[in-house]
Amino acid sequence: MLVYLIRRLINVVVMLLVVSAVTFGIFFMVPKLTGSDPALLYVGKIADKAAVEGIRHKMGLDKSITEQYVLFVKGLVVGRDYSTGVDVTHCSAPCFGYSFKTEREVWPVLLDRLGVTASLAAGASVIWLLFGTATGVVSALRRRTLLDRITMTTALAGVSLPIYFTGMLASAIFVYQLGWFPHDYVNLTDDPVAWFQNLVLPWITLAFLYAATYARLTRATLLEVLGEDYIRTARAKGLNERRVIGKHALRSTLTPILTVFGMDLGALIGGAVLTESTFNFRGLGYEAVAAISSSDLPVIMGVTLFAGFFIIIANLLVDVLYAVVDPRVRLA
Amino acid sequence: MSKTEKAPTPASERASGDKPFLSVRDLRVHFPTDDGLVRSVDGLTFDLEKGRTLGIVGESGSGKSVTSLSIMGLHRTGTKRGAPRISGEVWLDGEELVGADPDRVRRLRGQKMAMVFQDPLTAMHPYYTVGAQIIEGYRAHHPGVGKKDARKRAVEMLDRVGIPQPDKRVDAYPHEFSGGMRQRAMIAMALVNDPSLLIADEPTTALDVTVQAQILDLIRDLQREFGSAVIIITHDLGVVAELADDILVMYGGKSVERGPAATLFEAPEHPYTWGLLGSMPRLDRELQDRLVPVKGTPPSLINVPSGCAFHPRCPYAELTGDRSTTEVPVLTEAAPKHHAACHLPIAERHRIFAEEIAPRL
Amino acid sequence: MTDSQTVTVPEPAPASDREPLLRVTGLTKHFPITKGLLRRQSGAVRAVDGIDFTVNAGETLGVVGESGCGKSTMGRLVTRLAEPTGGTVEFEGRDITHLGVGAMRPLRRDIQMIFQDPYSSLNPRHTVGTIVGAPFRLQKVQTEHGTKRAVQDLLELCGLSPEHYNRYPHEFSGGQRQRIGIARALALKPKMIVADEPVSALDVSIQAQVVNLLDDLQQELGLTYLIIAHDLSVVRHVSDRVAVMYLGKIVEIADRDSLYRAPMHPYTKALMSAVPVPDPRRKERRERILLTGDVPSPINPPSGCRFRTRCWKAQDVCASEEPPLVAAVAGHQVACHFPENQQSPENQQSPENQQSPENQQSPESRQSPENPAV
Repeated sequence: MLVYLIRRLINVVVMLLVVSAVTFGIFFMVPKLTGSDPALLYVGKIADKAAVEGIRHKMGLDKSITEQYVLFVKGLVVGRDYSTGVDVTHCSAPCFGYSFKTEREVWPVLLDRLGVTASLAAGASVIWLLFGTATGVVSALRRRTLLDRITMTTALAGVSLPIYFTGMLASAIFVYQLGWFPHDYVNLTDDPVAWFQNLVLPWITLAFLYAATYARLTRATLLEVLGEDYIRTARAKGLNERRVIGKHALRSTLTPILTVFGMDLGALIGGAVLTESTFNFRGLGYEAVAAISSSDLPVIMGVTLFAGFFIIIANLLVDVLYAVVDPRVRLA
Repeated sequence: MSKTEKAPTPASERASGDKPFLSVRDLRVHFPTDDGLVRSVDGLTFDLEKGRTLGIVGESGSGKSVTSLSIMGLHRTGTKRGAPRISGEVWLDGEELVGADPDRVRRLRGQKMAMVFQDPLTAMHPYYTVGAQIIEGYRAHHPGVGKKDARKRAVEMLDRVGIPQPDKRVDAYPHEFSGGMRQRAMIAMALVNDPSLLIADEPTTALDVTVQAQILDLIRDLQREFGSAVIIITHDLGVVAELADDILVMYGGKSVERGPAATLFEAPEHPYTWGLLGSMPRLDRELQDRLVPVKGTPPSLINVPSGCAFHPRCPYAELTGDRSTTEVPVLTEAAPKHHAACHLPIAERHRIFAEEIAPRL
Repeated sequence: MTDSQTVTVPEPAPASDREPLLRVTGLTKHFPITKGLLRRQSGAVRAVDGIDFTVNAGETLGVVGESGCGKSTMGRLVTRLAEPTGGTVEFEGRDITHLGVGAMRPLRRDIQMIFQDPYSSLNPRHTVGTIVGAPFRLQKVQTEHGTKRAVQDLLELCGLSPEHYNRYPHEFSGGQRQRIGIARALALKPKMIVADEPVSALDVSIQAQVVNLLDDLQQELGLTYLIIAHDLSVVRHVSDRVAVMYLGKIVEIADRDSLYRAPMHPYTKALMSAVPVPDPRRKERRERILLTGDVPSPINPPSGCRFRTRCWKAQDVCASEEPPLVAAVAGHQVACHFPENQQSPENQQSPENQQSPENQQSPESRQSPENPAV
């Protein structure tokens, strides 16, 4: 187990390096090829040559790509000093550099945005996990009944409808028409009640999308599990149906759902772009879109690495949990 | 659907009745499917006493496994889609099960009647330890028993079925056992509540010969010890010969021959039984030049051949004229306690067996 | 039964006179097991661990053994579906052990394989015509009257109807599917067929049909068979010679009659006595040898003789010295220090054989709990 974990953690580092190298390559090389100048982006269009050169030097943009990449990685790990020769700005680890646009350090911005996205993802995931699997279970046990058909049709709609449609519709009805929910993000630490009120609608909207997928997945998996020999054995032992389903069938059903859940959550924390834009929340996804549209390279790098980190970590967690749930999976 | 006019008889009446311990009467299990009605079991009747072993022999699709699942009440019930239509009667120790309340049957399952399945790897839950699965079965029928006592019982059972270091192995997972060990554990699980009826459905088919011999021995020993009634379901005539006192041969959902093991193997009455015996190479005989297969393929259970279901494959079907295609043969006694469902006159059957079949077996 | 049915093969000539069709020497297959952070190889599953045998043209060699004895791996090595770790495979005197895919292609015409499961070895989306005709297309073989005609001839040869050409595998029963698999294997007129459990997935009454078909085809086409199976009675019926495998080794190899009449290796004897026979009266009087325990793991096989942990005749020498596979009597090779059924004890390999068969421990009395598995 320990060996496995160490090997996986090494893997995580390698993968993050690859992700960062590729992102770095794309976003720092492409401007070179197209002839635009990152330094110019940083200082803005109306700047004198000296200022541009100064920035170029300070940001290390005059160095080769490889050197820049090494510096970037070093900044992430131990921090980094930006020096013009006269004054030195220290950017402590993990240093993602400074936003071209706002000139603020990227890391604190990311952390701030993460709070929004994590709030959104956490609440929504609880709702969809509970609601989705419960619906799936009921649907599987009442297979081919009216209830099953209605649930599965709704689920199909949930999978098919894009978030901006359901989100807009929900906003239009509950926020603007009925005025039930306020519509701005408030930090949990500032005002928990307001935080909750503001998030309810986005949670439900986002959860609806995922719950639909989970309901369908749960239903299919449970039906498959119910056909397994060991379920027949459990019945042959004279266990009551509640125990057969609750203890024997559900445990096997939850394993694949756990996998999907880990992946989804990881990806979602990386940025729920559409939901955030629909509800006008300034989360990681929102930040990513904004950064891309303004070619804010350090922020793009930051968001990408951040998202990559969460997805990879979620993967690792899923694998470890899998081994806990399924004794046949040996981590060695 | 199921018969409901018969009220379940309390077990106490058993003493007065002269019914056998297990009595299956005209059992029919029909599955409605999109392609038509699958008549998996179509009018099966047999009795079994405590302390005896009945071997049910048949090829795939003969209805032998469906029979065992119906006795155990393990088919889906009610009007749900895919649920079979079950009719007939199954009397266990004076209590009718087909029309009984499903919850009553559930309480008997695992307690009075238990089952061992073919593949012990898939038949045990991979996420729970062997011990936990045995304990669960014990406590389901002994609600007052604490975890500690139930665990003691599980260890005792594992020990009884010949698993070494049972106090350690009780905490192992099924995948940590070998095939033979798993089947032993499966048997321990089935026997934990001292059932009076044990059904073993192809218990050794997934095992190697040397392990098969061990498991057959174990089943035989345990039966002697507990005096329970045992049904062993298999396609392997060798396995039933090892274990069974009586044998029932199934074909196309019906019993075509039934009788004591000794006479059935020595003087089989039905052409299908002859076919089965003739088509298997045997280690206990001189080498035949050539096997004598049964021609054709097993029947479709949706379009069961008219008359005798075996007639398209029977080399002697013409001898009885139209009867083989128009009339369903009934089980008739050909020798003491030995019944066969065949239109051929008994004397003719004996002549054919003596002249044509016996010499090449 | 009839006089048209004679012995399937002419008596194989003495090995010295003829080059066998297939000669396997020291064949080994180890699957590595890795361990630790750096995935160093810590051991190996010794699936096949040094076996020698030959198959003469026109004969059938049967290979029996329990699951995990390496018989299926051996079949895959011989047909070069798996890469041997060591040893050589010679076909018609030519070393084919390490031929590449390209160099193997012409040989694939000569060596064909039949698989156990007629359900999964046929592509459900292809018609029977496509399946059976595939070898012609893959090997770019032109047939006299076109591929379709050739396929229909093959179907007929295997007891199927030519009209089955356009049907799909799911329309057939298990026995018919196995016939399709055999027709496919025969398409390119192979010299040798390796059949891995060809009848074990079939019903008893159907098994006999397929066994007889294999018999007929051998006579008609002069095929050489290597038949791998766990069923001792089926193997006895189809084979001219039989090899018994245990834990990656051949423990006994002999003419069929010699092996079944007087098995010399204790394992073979136990295996035969364990086969249930359809004769209830026989169970009382026959001598049964009940082996205890399971087959040990092929990762750390027992030292010396691999069967010694389950053998009732085991002595100290069995643990320290591996018995070689040698001819105890003519045409009967056995790897045992204390073989059974031996007419001339002088031939015996081990000098330390002091125990006579009479005062051995009775096998039944050793029905102790099994070794813990895994």
